[in-house]
Amino acid sequence: MNENLNNTRRARTWGIVFLVFAALMLILFLPGTTGSQRTTFAFDLELSQALPIGNLTFSTQGGLYLLAVLSIFLGAWQLAKGFKQVYLILGAVVLMFVLAFLAWAARDRSMNMTGMLQATLLRAVPITLAALSGVMCERCAVINIGIEGMMLTGAFASALLGSLSQSTWVGLLAALLAGGLMGALLAVLAIRYKVNQIIAGTAINILATGLTSYFSSRYLQAIPELNRPPTFRPIPLPLLSRVPILGPVLFTNTVPVYLMLILVIVIHVMLFYTRWGLRTRAVGEHPKAADTLGVNVFKTRYINVILGGMVAGLGGAYLVLSSVARFDENMTAGRGFIGLAAMIFGKWNPVGSLGSSLIFGFADSLRTNLAILRVPIPSQFLLMAPYLVTMIVLAGVVGRAVAPAADGEPYEKQ
Amino acid sequence: MPPVLELKGITKRFPGVLANDHIDLTLEEGKVLALLGENGAGKSTLMNILYGLYTQDEGEIFVRGQKADINGPGDAIALGIGMVHQHFMLVPVLTVTENVMLGMESIKNKLFLDREVAAKRIHEISEQYGLDVDPYALVGDLPVGIQQRVEIIKLLYRQADILILDEPTAVLTPQEVRGLFQVIRSLLAKDKSIIFISHKLKEVLEISDSIVVLRGGRVAGTALPQESNERSLASLMVGREVILTVAKEKAQPKDPVLEVENLTVKGEGAHIAVRDVSFNVRAGEIVGVAGVQGNGQTELVESLTGLRPPQSGVVRLLGKDVTHASPRVITEAGTSHVPEDRQRDGLVLSYPIADNLILNTYYLPPVAQGMVLQEPVIKERAERLVAEYDVRTPSILTSAGSLSGGNQQKVIVARELSRPDQLVVASQPTRGLDVGSIEYIHSQLIRKRDEGAAVLVVSAELDEILSLADRIIVMFEGRIMDILPVENATREDLGLLMAGVHSDEHRADVAVAKEAA
Amino acid sequence: MSEKNASLKATQKKTQKPRSRGRWRTLLTPLMAIVTALILGAVVIVVTDTSVYDAFGEGFGAGLGRAVQVVASAYGALFAGAFGDPARMVRGLSTWITTGDGRAWVQSLYPITETLRYATPLIFAGLAVALGFRGGLFNIGAEGQYFIAGLTTVFVGYALTGVPWFIHAPLALLAGIVGGAIWGVIPGYLKAKTGAHEVINTIMLNYIAFRFAEYMLDVGGPMARGDGRPVSPVIQPAAQLAQFFPSNPNIRFNLGFILALLAAVFVYWLLFKTTIGYEIRTVGQNPRAAKYSGMNVARTVVLTMALSGGLAGLAASHDILGVIGFMPNAFSSGYGFDAIALALLGNSHPFGVVLASLLFGALQAGARNMQGIARVPLDLTDIVQGLIIIFIAAPAIIRALYRLRTAEGGEEVVMTRGWGQM
Repeated sequence: MNENLNNTRRARTWGIVFLVFAALMLILFLPGTTGSQRTTFAFDLELSQALPIGNLTFSTQGGLYLLAVLSIFLGAWQLAKGFKQVYLILGAVVLMFVLAFLAWAARDRSMNMTGMLQATLLRAVPITLAALSGVMCERCAVINIGIEGMMLTGAFASALLGSLSQSTWVGLLAALLAGGLMGALLAVLAIRYKVNQIIAGTAINILATGLTSYFSSRYLQAIPELNRPPTFRPIPLPLLSRVPILGPVLFTNTVPVYLMLILVIVIHVMLFYTRWGLRTRAVGEHPKAADTLGVNVFKTRYINVILGGMVAGLGGAYLVLSSVARFDENMTAGRGFIGLAAMIFGKWNPVGSLGSSLIFGFADSLRTNLAILRVPIPSQFLLMAPYLVTMIVLAGVVGRAVAPAADGEPYEKQ
Repeated sequence: MPPVLELKGITKRFPGVLANDHIDLTLEEGKVLALLGENGAGKSTLMNILYGLYTQDEGEIFVRGQKADINGPGDAIALGIGMVHQHFMLVPVLTVTENVMLGMESIKNKLFLDREVAAKRIHEISEQYGLDVDPYALVGDLPVGIQQRVEIIKLLYRQADILILDEPTAVLTPQEVRGLFQVIRSLLAKDKSIIFISHKLKEVLEISDSIVVLRGGRVAGTALPQESNERSLASLMVGREVILTVAKEKAQPKDPVLEVENLTVKGEGAHIAVRDVSFNVRAGEIVGVAGVQGNGQTELVESLTGLRPPQSGVVRLLGKDVTHASPRVITEAGTSHVPEDRQRDGLVLSYPIADNLILNTYYLPPVAQGMVLQEPVIKERAERLVAEYDVRTPSILTSAGSLSGGNQQKVIVARELSRPDQLVVASQPTRGLDVGSIEYIHSQLIRKRDEGAAVLVVSAELDEILSLADRIIVMFEGRIMDILPVENATREDLGLLMAGVHSDEHRADVAVAKEAA
Repeated sequence: MSEKNASLKATQKKTQKPRSRGRWRTLLTPLMAIVTALILGAVVIVVTDTSVYDAFGEGFGAGLGRAVQVVASAYGALFAGAFGDPARMVRGLSTWITTGDGRAWVQSLYPITETLRYATPLIFAGLAVALGFRGGLFNIGAEGQYFIAGLTTVFVGYALTGVPWFIHAPLALLAGIVGGAIWGVIPGYLKAKTGAHEVINTIMLNYIAFRFAEYMLDVGGPMARGDGRPVSPVIQPAAQLAQFFPSNPNIRFNLGFILALLAAVFVYWLLFKTTIGYEIRTVGQNPRAAKYSGMNVARTVVLTMALSGGLAGLAASHDILGVIGFMPNAFSSGYGFDAIALALLGNSHPFGVVLASLLFGALQAGARNMQGIARVPLDLTDIVQGLIIIFIAAPAIIRALYRLRTAEGGEEVVMTRGWGQM
C-alpha cells in the first residue's frame, strides 16, 4: 500500500517539474520578445556537401507558446495518468526548454542548428574519450582520476612529435603511447603498490601538469617550430555526407572524431559480447570470484588501465591535432573530470557516456553561439556552464547510478 | 586403488601464526570426508592450499596417486578439484550462464560469447544431478539456496570429481539441508568425492563417511561417525570437555520493556523486509528470533535500533514511542546493541580499544566535559572494562583491527553490556567465534537477563536459540510464523516454521499420516 | 647531487642499522621520498640542458662536470632563494654590531622570510586538506575556496572605512573564513544529501570560482579598481596584517604566520581532544560505525567541509591582508593540488603539515630564484611535488629502492571510497 503512495508522490513531483519548465519558458523568455519578432533556425552549412533543405522561420512568441503548451500538456498528463518512461519524457521536456531558450536567444536573428549540432559533437569528443577511458578502468574496478593528466600528456606528445615529424599520424601515435605510459604508471601504483587510487590519479595529474608545463616553457616556447603540428583535415564520407543535417554533423569529420565514434561502438561490443568483456566486468564486480575461476585479476586490470590511458591520450591528441594545432599549458581545462561525470551519468556504459558527453558538449558550445547572439550574460558565466551542468547532473544521478561493486578497492591476493 | 586425494604433511605459516602444522588427510573415492574444527583451526587455510589460492610451505598433495603441483585455481580445476566457498563466489549482476562459464567461456566466430551453448550444457547438468536452475536468471535475483546450486553446477561444468564444500549449510533451513544431502548422495553415486567442512556436529554425523578434526592447525583426531557422538567430537575440537548446553535458571519475566506492534519495514529497493510484525520482550527474559538469514531479521534489528526508519507500526521502549527515533535517542533511552557485522558497524578497526569503548558515550559526562574529551576517564574506563570482560590484548592502545574475532566481540560486549540498559539487542552475537568466546558471550547474556534486562537475540544458529532463549520467535519472509516458549519447541517444528510451513498445516499432515498408518 | 653521490648515500643507508626508535623510522620514509624526488628533479634538469650535451661532446669527464655544475647552480640558487646566503648574513650581522645599522642584516634575511611567508598560506591549505582527509573527504577545492575567500576578504578590506584596526583586520579575516567555508559547504552538502563525490564537485567549483573572480575583477567588473587593470581596490591600512619587518619594504613576512601556527594547534586540539573531532574522525574512518554510534553523519560531513573551506580561505586572507594588499585577477595556480601533497606528506597530522609546508615554502621561494638565476623553469617544483606524492603514497617504492625495513603499519588516514558512497 505504502509503495503505491510513494510512487504516486514521485509521479506527481515529475508532473510538477514539467509544469515548472513550462512556466520558466513563459516567465524567462516571453517578456523579452515582441509579437513581430521572428526566429530562424537554419539548417544548411556553407562548405558542406549536404543537400540543402532551407530554413525554418517562425514567430518567436508563437514558437515559445507552442513549446510551453506542449510542456504543460505533458505535465498535466503526468499528473493525471503518469508516463511509464518518465525519464524519456523528462528528456523531451528539457529538449523543449532548450529549444525555447534558443528561439529566444535568436529572436530577430538566425541560428544555424546544424552548426550548433556540429559544435556540440566536436566539443563532446574529448569528453567522450575521457569518459571511455574512465569506463575501461572502472569496469574492472580501478578509479582513474588521472584522466586529465593523461589527456594533457597525450596533447603535449602529439604537438611535439607532430611538429617534429610534420605528420598527423605520428602525432596521433605519440599521443597513444604517452597516454599508455601514464596509464601504466597508474596501473603500477594502483595494482602493484595498492596506492589509494584517488591519490595515485591526483599524483599523475600533478606530475603531468608539471612535466608538460616544464617542457613547454623550456622548449616549445623557445622554439616555435616545435609547436606547429599539422592538423587532420575533415574527411567527408561518400554519399553519407550528402545527407542533410547528419551529413555535415556526423559524416564529415576528422580522423580522431571517427575514431571516437568507432571506439564507442567497439568498446560497447567488447564489454558485453566478448570474453574479454565478461572477465573485465567480473573482475570489477567480484574479483575474488573471478580469481577462483582462474581469471588473472591483475593482468586484466593492467591491460584495461593501459588501454584506458591510451584512449585518454587520444582525447589529448584530438585537442591539438583536430582543433587548435598547438599545445597550451593546462589546455585540457577540466575535461578529464567532466568526462568522469559523463561516465557516471552514462551508467558506466560507452553509449551512455556518449549521450551524456553530448549534453556537456552542448553546454560547452553555447559559449561561442551566445556571444554572437548578444545574449546579455557575461562571457565568464557562459564559460561556467559546463561545470555547473556537471554538478547538477552529478547531484541528480549519482545516488541512483551503481558503480561496479569493487570500484576503488585494490585486490589483495593472499 | 589409491585414494582419490591424499595430503601429506601440509604446513603453512603466516606471519605470527602456524596455520597448518603437518596435516595428513585421506579421501576415498565416492565418499564424504568431514573436516571439523573451530573457527581459526586451519580448515579454510588447508582447503585454500588444496584449491591453489595459497601455496603450502611444506608437504605434498597426491591426486589419484600422482604428485600434484597446485599453484593456482587453474591447476586445481585441471586436476578435477572444485570448491564451493562459504561466501559465494558469484557475480550478482551477471546471469547464471555467465557466472558458470567465466574463465572457460564458449566462443563463437572466434570473438563472441556463445551463451546458448553454455546454457545447454548447464541444462544437461541440472537434469543429471537434480540441480534445477534457470540459466538466464540474474544471480543476484536468486534466493540463497538456488545460488548454492549454481555454485555446484560451476564445479560440475568443469568436470570436478573432488568437491570441497565449505560450510554449505550455514545459509539453509533444515529442509534445504535435506535437499542438499540428497544432491550429495546423487553426486556420490556418480563417483564424485566430497570434503565437507562444517562446525555443525549433527550434520557431520549424518552425512559423512569419515571425520577429521583440526585444532590449532594440527589434526586433533580422526573419527568414524558410527563410533562418535556430539560430545566426543566437540571435545576433540576444543581439547577439553565442552558443556554443550548453557546452564541457566528458569526465567522470571516481569513487565514488557520492548513492545512492537504491526511493524512494517522496507528493505533494499522496493522490497518489504518486515511485514506486520508484533511481539514484546519482557524484563528478565531472553527472546530468541530464529530463522534463516535473509528473512527480515537484519532489517527488524535495524529498525528497532534506529538505523532504518520503519514504514508503519509502533515501537515502544518502556512505554515511550521510539518508532522513528534516531540511534542516539534509542541508546539514551536504555538500549544496548551488539550488531550483526562487528567489524563494519560495531567497531572502528583503526582506533585503539580505548576509543572504541567510548563509541556510544563519547559525548556524555564524565567521558567528555562539554566539548573536551577527558583522557584520564577514558583510560581508566578502558582498563577496567578490558580486565572485567577478559579482552586479551597487549594494551588498551592496541588497535581493534589487530584483535582476534573473539576479542573484538568482547570489546563490543564490554561496551554494550556494561551500561545499565534495560534492553539488549544482540544480532548473530557469536558468529565466527571460537568455542571459548561463545561460552563467554552466552554467559554474559544470561547474566544480563538475570539482572532484569530484556534481551532479544537474533541468530541463524538454531542450537544457540534453543539453548539461550526463554521464548522463540520464528521469522520467515518478513513475517512472524509463531511465538512459542522454548519448552514447547522441537527442532523439527522450528525447522518447518523457518521454511514457511505453518504449524497448523504440519499438525494436519501429521494427523493424516497417523491415520494412514 | 650527481649520481655518484646518490649511490653513495644509498649504500650508507643500506649499511646503517635502522634505529629502534619508531619516530625516527616514520620520518625516514618521507625524508627519503623528498631526497629521491630531488634527485629525479636533478636528472630532469641535466637531461634538458643543452650545455650538458655539448660538454659531453668534448668528453665524458667534461660532460659529467658540466652536469654537476648545472645541478649545483640550479639547486644552489634554490637553496639561496629559500634560506639566504650565509656570507651575506654574517656581513650584515657584523655591520649591525659595529655601526648599529641593521638594514643589511635584515635584507640578508629576506630569503628566509620569503620561505616563511610562502609557507603560511600552504599551512592553511594543507590543514584544510588534512582535516578533510581525517573526515574521509577529498577536498580538492582549496583553490576555489581561496578565490571566493579572496573576494570576500578584499571586499571587507576596502569597502569599510573609518573602522579601527582591531576590528577591521579581524573582520576581514572572518570574511575570508566565511567565504571559504561557504564554498566548502556546497560540495559538503551535495555529498551528504546526494552522495555526489566531492572530488568532482570541488574541482568543478574551482573552475566556477575562477570564472566568477575573473568576472568580478576584470576591467569593468563590479570589483575592479577602475584604473584599467584587472585588480581590486587596495585595502584600508586598518585591515592590514602587522608586518614583522615594517622598515624593509621588500620583506612581506607578517603576523599571518603566527596565525597559521595557531591554526595548526587549533586543528590538532579539535581533532584529537574534542568530541567534534572524535565525530569527524569516526565518520572518516567508518561512517557505518558512526551511524551506529548515533552520530549525525550528514551534519558532520557538512561541518568538516565548512571548516576545511574556512581554513583554505584563510590562505587567501593572509595573501591579501598581509602581502599584496589587494586581489589580483585570478590565475590558476594548481594551488589545491599542492595542498594535497602537503596533507599526504604530513600524514594528515597538523604538525606534520606545518613541517611539510615549510619545506614546500622553501621550494617555492627558491624556485623563483632558480628560474631567475639558473634559468630552470618554475614548473620543476611541480614535477618534484608530483614525485613526492607518488613516493609518499607508495612507500613501498622507497623502501625497495633503499632496502629499508618496513615501518609498523600506521593508521591509514585516506580511505578510497567509490562514487556515491560515504
